[in-house]
Amino acid sequence: MNAVMKHRLFWPVVVLLALILVNTLSRPSFVSITVQDGRLYGSLIDILRNSAPLMLVALGMTLVIATRGIDLSVGAVMAVSGAVALQIIQDSGDAANPSVLAVAIGAGLLAGLACGLWNGFLIAVLGIQPIIATLVLMLAGRGIALLITRGFITTINSDPYKFMAQGYVVGLPFAFYVSLAAIAIVAVIERRTALGVLTEAVGINPEASRLAGVRARGIIWGAYAASGLLAGFAGLLYSSNIMAADANAAGLYIELDAILAVVLGGTSLAGGTFSLAGTVVGVFTIQTLKSTITFLGVPPAVTPVFMAAVVVLVVLIQSSRFRRWVGRLGGRLSVRSAQPVERTEVAS
Amino acid sequence: MRKRLLAGLALAGAIALATTGCSGSASGSTGSTGSSTAGGGAAHKVITVGFAQTGSESGWRAANTQSMKDAFSEANGFKLIFNAADNKQEAQIAAVRSFINQGVDAIVIAPITVDGWDDVLKEAKAAKIPVILEDRTINVSDPSLYAAWVGDDFKKEGETAGAWAKQNATSPTNMVVLEGTTGSAPALDRATGFTAGSAGAPITTLASQTGNFTRADGKTVMEGFLQKYGNKIQMLFAQNDDMGLGALDAITAAGLTPGKDIKIVTIDATHDGLQALADGKFNYVVECNPLLGPQVSDLVKKVVAGQSVPKSQTATDLSFTQDQAKTALPSRKY
Repeated sequence: MNAVMKHRLFWPVVVLLALILVNTLSRPSFVSITVQDGRLYGSLIDILRNSAPLMLVALGMTLVIATRGIDLSVGAVMAVSGAVALQIIQDSGDAANPSVLAVAIGAGLLAGLACGLWNGFLIAVLGIQPIIATLVLMLAGRGIALLITRGFITTINSDPYKFMAQGYVVGLPFAFYVSLAAIAIVAVIERRTALGVLTEAVGINPEASRLAGVRARGIIWGAYAASGLLAGFAGLLYSSNIMAADANAAGLYIELDAILAVVLGGTSLAGGTFSLAGTVVGVFTIQTLKSTITFLGVPPAVTPVFMAAVVVLVVLIQSSRFRRWVGRLGGRLSVRSAQPVERTEVAS
Repeated sequence: MRKRLLAGLALAGAIALATTGCSGSASGSTGSTGSSTAGGGAAHKVITVGFAQTGSESGWRAANTQSMKDAFSEANGFKLIFNAADNKQEAQIAAVRSFINQGVDAIVIAPITVDGWDDVLKEAKAAKIPVILEDRTINVSDPSLYAAWVGDDFKKEGETAGAWAKQNATSPTNMVVLEGTTGSAPALDRATGFTAGSAGAPITTLASQTGNFTRADGKTVMEGFLQKYGNKIQMLFAQNDDMGLGALDAITAAGLTPGKDIKIVTIDATHDGLQALADGKFNYVVECNPLLGPQVSDLVKKVVAGQSVPKSQTATDLSFTQDQAKTALPSRKY
């Protein structure tokens, strides 16, 4: 039991289960899964499906954060890749043609990769601070996307393209399989080769790892390229979900959700040791929190406060120092309640 | 090496400029309603107008910008200096100041925010340049700081949608609402208008959440509503087309038919919205007209000629049923 509690994923998982429990208590239908037209249907399935873009972005963000960096441009990169893909499909006039779709998807991914390479170049080669370097694309990216879509929301009608985010395979959403594949690929590359350890080494002490013979430049560049590519794919999923390239709204503020997911999963923003499993749990936590707002019927005006309060609570629960402090305080309070002390209020 | 890089950048910039220039002039050919030459005599003098647009945040805005560019064309006797402020008020105020320095004949502003306009408008008044507001309104200490306002009446739009809901809710009806961005004027006014328009109808609002005026959020929130209430939902009021369009997929995925199992009323009447209406997926759409150009250019002519104009004018917002959408779609510009 103690070993389970000491595991670093213990508290993130507890938080996720607690959120699901709160929803279920408010409405038991939250955990019910029914079969609808040969596929599974329910809130939990919606969470699996809708979390896919955030999952891809957060995986890339984990790698970048492990190198002691940050990628603020992911949302804008999503807008660019979606705009590129949909504009190609729309301009072709043949939305169901497989080769057109392959070109569109390939171009969208390439656009994402190119954005990532650009970020990596600024950071790893020119030595610009990550927050500034990626801020450039965060601001410019949406402009580029708007330029591509000519200021409009590009819409298409294409069943194969729609399948990416809205299709089902063996009862489960296709987008969920995309998440799984991305998790597996990143995990294998990082954990079954030395790359993960080298990434952590660069994140913990770039100078020491360079002196030890680690090619920090290539590893950092690679992390941003991976982040860009994953964000590019997330952009395709986003556009496939609504069958439209919305340059202004695609991936808006997703960089913040991704950073939050990484942190909730127990990866430190200071770089170094990272946990992919933690990030996965973090992503599901955030997505569940979003459905919680609808499920509990939190009024829109207080939604940001509600979100913030839950996040603060979650982060506190995960802090071992805070837990110890609460434990001690709880002990002291139970002693004190035996002999109540009169207190005077002091107006501030 | 560095020189070559710079040269490359300059070339890329030139290409970018050239391409944007092309797309601008190519689409400028769509004929605008020239409107009556209001100035009376001597209308041959070219009127220079500075237009400070908010930015390019939506399809509505793009259509609005295009309408303004068409109306203030050279053929109509105008020289338009266009500025889009990327939704930053300080950039917009700077643009207005530069219009004043350039000595334009009139300034048109689509204000980004309500407050903070006093100083720059006083400068315009001192320079004897009339200011006309488009789309949104402002708060100023002295109303004479601007000549007139033209825009859409969000409250009226909500009322029209509400009146339709009332008419169609003959039996007790459960409704869900997708609200716009929390605290924005269209979201607030459309909500107030809808409540007023549907007053007395047997409509129960099960839930009301913000979908931030976007398709993706509209879809996610609608999914949540459907998981929570299932087939109890009979009506959806989406405060703009985009959120309604996003909700369509969620409704289909829940095994319900939009337009039949759930009646949908939205506001905006974009091309995609009307298409959904014509396809029978929406039931009623109220227009929020972005084509304000002709009305604004008419006003500018009158103001420059020294005629008196009404302080506020609202655009005529139509509304569409499914059949009306089918007839209106082919000639729809946005």
